[in-house]
Amino acid sequence: MSAKEYRTASSARGGLLTVANVPNIAFGDRVHIRDQQGNTRNGQVIRSSDEEVLIQVFEGTSELDLESTWVRFLDEPVEIALSPEILGRIFNGLGEPRDYRPPIVSSLRRSISAAAFNPAARTYPKEFIQTGISTIDGLNSLVRGQKLPIFSASGLPHNRLAAQIVRQAKLPDDDSRFSVVFAAMGVSYADARFFQEEFASSGVLGNVVMFVNMADDPPVERLSLPRMALTAAEYLAFDLDRHVLVVMTDMTHYAEALREVATAKGDVPARKGYPGYLYSDLAEIYERSGRIKDRHGSITLVPVLSMPSDDITHPIPDLTGYITEGQIVLSRELHNQGIYPPVHISPSLSRLMKDGIGKDFTREDHPHVSNQLYALYARALETRNLASIIGADELSTRDRRYLEFADAFENRFVRQSEDEDRSIEETLNLAWDLLSTFPPQALTRVNETEIAKYHRQSV
Amino acid sequence: MNTTSNRKGKIKDINGPIVTIELPGVQNGEQVRIGSLGLYGEVISLEGNEALAQIYESTEMVRPGESVEGLGHPLSVELGPGLIGGIFDGVQRPLEAMFLKAGDQIPRGLSPLPLDRDKVWHFVPSENLEPNMPIINGAVLGRVQETETIEHRILVPPNISGELIELAPEGDYHLEESIGQVRDQQGEIHHLKLYHRWPVRRPRPYQSRDNGIEPLITGQRILDTFFPLLKGSKCAVPGPFGAGKTVVQHQVARWANADIVIYVGCGERGNELVDVLDSFPKLKDPYTGRPLMDRTLLIANTSNMPVVAREASIYVGITIAEYYRDQGYDVVMLADSTSRWAEALREVSGRLGQMPVEEGYPAYLASRLAAFYERAGRVDTMDCGKGSVTLIGAVSPPGGDFSEPVTSHTKEIIQTFWALSKELADARHYPAIDWVDSFSADVSTAAEWWHENIDREWEKRRSQALGMLARDAELSRIVNLVGPEALSSAQRWVLEGAALIKEGVLQQSALDPVDTFSSPEKQFMLLDLILSVYDAGADLIELGVPVQELSEMSVLARLRRCKELYDSNQIDQLNAFREEALNDFKEIHSEYAQRGEQPA
Repeated sequence: MSAKEYRTASSARGGLLTVANVPNIAFGDRVHIRDQQGNTRNGQVIRSSDEEVLIQVFEGTSELDLESTWVRFLDEPVEIALSPEILGRIFNGLGEPRDYRPPIVSSLRRSISAAAFNPAARTYPKEFIQTGISTIDGLNSLVRGQKLPIFSASGLPHNRLAAQIVRQAKLPDDDSRFSVVFAAMGVSYADARFFQEEFASSGVLGNVVMFVNMADDPPVERLSLPRMALTAAEYLAFDLDRHVLVVMTDMTHYAEALREVATAKGDVPARKGYPGYLYSDLAEIYERSGRIKDRHGSITLVPVLSMPSDDITHPIPDLTGYITEGQIVLSRELHNQGIYPPVHISPSLSRLMKDGIGKDFTREDHPHVSNQLYALYARALETRNLASIIGADELSTRDRRYLEFADAFENRFVRQSEDEDRSIEETLNLAWDLLSTFPPQALTRVNETEIAKYHRQSV
Repeated sequence: MNTTSNRKGKIKDINGPIVTIELPGVQNGEQVRIGSLGLYGEVISLEGNEALAQIYESTEMVRPGESVEGLGHPLSVELGPGLIGGIFDGVQRPLEAMFLKAGDQIPRGLSPLPLDRDKVWHFVPSENLEPNMPIINGAVLGRVQETETIEHRILVPPNISGELIELAPEGDYHLEESIGQVRDQQGEIHHLKLYHRWPVRRPRPYQSRDNGIEPLITGQRILDTFFPLLKGSKCAVPGPFGAGKTVVQHQVARWANADIVIYVGCGERGNELVDVLDSFPKLKDPYTGRPLMDRTLLIANTSNMPVVAREASIYVGITIAEYYRDQGYDVVMLADSTSRWAEALREVSGRLGQMPVEEGYPAYLASRLAAFYERAGRVDTMDCGKGSVTLIGAVSPPGGDFSEPVTSHTKEIIQTFWALSKELADARHYPAIDWVDSFSADVSTAAEWWHENIDREWEKRRSQALGMLARDAELSRIVNLVGPEALSSAQRWVLEGAALIKEGVLQQSALDPVDTFSSPEKQFMLLDLILSVYDAGADLIELGVPVQELSEMSVLARLRRCKELYDSNQIDQLNAFREEALNDFKEIHSEYAQRGEQPA
């Protein structure tokens, strides 16, 4: 390898190191930096001219001095070694093992910044994934190849929900090979531990690849971690024909790391100090999910992010929502009422649901039932507001029925226990139990045939 | 243009997609290829010996010192038969061909020609042309049947005019074969082919501008009836995520009565384009009965594709739109989303260290937006009568805040504004177009068309419905403060009427096979029917009929479902139902009228 080594560092600040007089270094090149103690740090070239080179140092530049720092340019992009052996392993954001086992030895190495999928190569995701969770399956269905994030906030049980999805997700009548890629960025020790135990106890650990960056690990490493994870996922899906579920938590920490580096580079900030390219950067990650023509595998992506101050208009959830195919939004209000999973259905949405449900996929009444529940719940929430002003006693009988519906919906349909795995049939039947508290003529979103077949008054 | 030999230079600095190059004699806007991979880019500024270029592809592993080649022309598109039905990337590379050639991912430096050179087209020369005649730019040399529905008119390129020396006879030709020769005023002879190239940032010429006179019919009730858009006009569709921008755009692409639809997916989801690619060939154009793909063209720069090509993509789209306009067609171009385009502008300007003004956007955002939208219009073409480009741009305001720079600047430029609302979408009221925030500046022009072709009552009924919706908003506020008991019967009937309009007219399901498209006749009939029922009910309330009795009439539930029970060809059945419904009201009327006449 024709690696070049230099000792001409000219400035160091934050995670950035400048090296002077190093001609013809490739943009994006991988770098090893050796400090005075002889420890090696990792970096990547983020700007290269014929006079100087700007390096992003993953471990940060603290305790580096400019005189004795050696910089070695490896003449290769940041890569990950891939083989079936990655299953069951734990890596850091640079693809190095963090489970005290030897590194992966493989001749197959891939750059983590893959070229974009050609839209003409994609197939439209259509296969319904049953998660066993009514608010998702019934109202915001997930399909294979979709990217559906969980919008959460501090203190809400997003990790438990993500773990439940991992445990229960399956295609009805299908037992093809599946794998899980788990990417943790800036998580606490407890959270990382929780997932590890979850995977172990549900017996999937051998099918999981974990990429973990803890809250006290270098933030810059968070930038490469999701790309490592997705390169691994692409390998599992499109080389090994597996159906891969990628869970990423917490995307907010990722975006914060990006802001940190962008600020150090002097990029012009757009909103809340985040760089203008946050959208494109997030899209590079999220758009790596999907299905590809003539390939058996798929990548389904469930990123978890916490909304700073519960604010859904914050740039991170906002830009995510513009890229992903819907979102599952958790609500502090439901959580405080002790309802698990606290999925707030009104702002939740699955964009790919329409083509993955109904006749031939789930059940013919599914699209209309979902629509009807949404409409009734929206009306019921309005009624609840009204009741809080004028008092429930002042409501008409018709309005009181809505009020009762809201309670029943939250307590019977939304609420379920962490080990309760409801089939789509069960979810839809439960929905009809609730719909049947209304007379058939009040249900305008379901059609007459469906009412005749499923409405309890008709049966 | 291509005769000058390509000049060579070298790379000085790489900063993501912005590369500093040293290339003697380079022009601003010129296309360049850089590095050993030959990545395409465009020069955006000159400074002394150095030039800055924005590169359309990832610059990973490119190094200073590598070579640069100037191509001698600005970013241009190929215009000729074979565009329709295709999918191209932001710089007009054919994605289907690239998939066949290079597999799942888009490799760098690959640049197959946009139009298929092997394909043979049957060319029929124009009858009125003869050698030695003077010929102007934009004149029709002949015709090629591009798809079953689209006759492609082969035009003299906009920068060539003079004397026609030779015109090929009818026959089958490849794109590169000469089909005619023109000698220009300088005596230079140009060989014309079935296609020509045109720089995307320069609007194509036409004879003169004209006013829009005819509404674009989209089959969507809230759009056509309430916020009409004229052919040749410009429109924005802003909305927060999840409000249904994409569905609105897809519905317009499906059902609009345009000749050609160009859909530019600019920084949006890959799967949405796949949805169009999958579904459009199976869907029928409601006006010609042919597969929708026969009139559709896709430009795709998905959100994960390089940002610089995103900036170019909408210019590529609008240039192709203008080209079909010049052939005398009504073209609709949908840009989803212009916010991503503006962000691409911001990203490049940020890398150039330009002074940001609002939210990081450069000062020229407003003028660029205006110049882009101004390329829409209805014109007298050089040789094909009237043609139009209707421009519909989606806007994705951060946090759904319409006061942000892109939305607010766009709002100043456009004629029609279809504002999407999060609240409506959350209640699954689709399309979630807010009737308070939306507007159309072309209602009176559209009214002339509706009055002439559909019904003279159109404008009146439209205003009545909007008036009721406004009353409804007002009364709902009172209800939310003091409860429904505080309202009079007449006021409660207004709420009921507004609910009927919302459910029976405004809400329209894109997924329901009947409801997805409403002809103008059906749109007016539904509106008129609901308002007639409301009027009949209002009369009864005057007679003292309790509002409760009216609300529980079974005919109202049917009324809400009319939109999906009767399709656009079942106007007679709809009329029959109308008789039935109004009869029910008449019966109550006579019942109460009799009661009123009887002595107490």
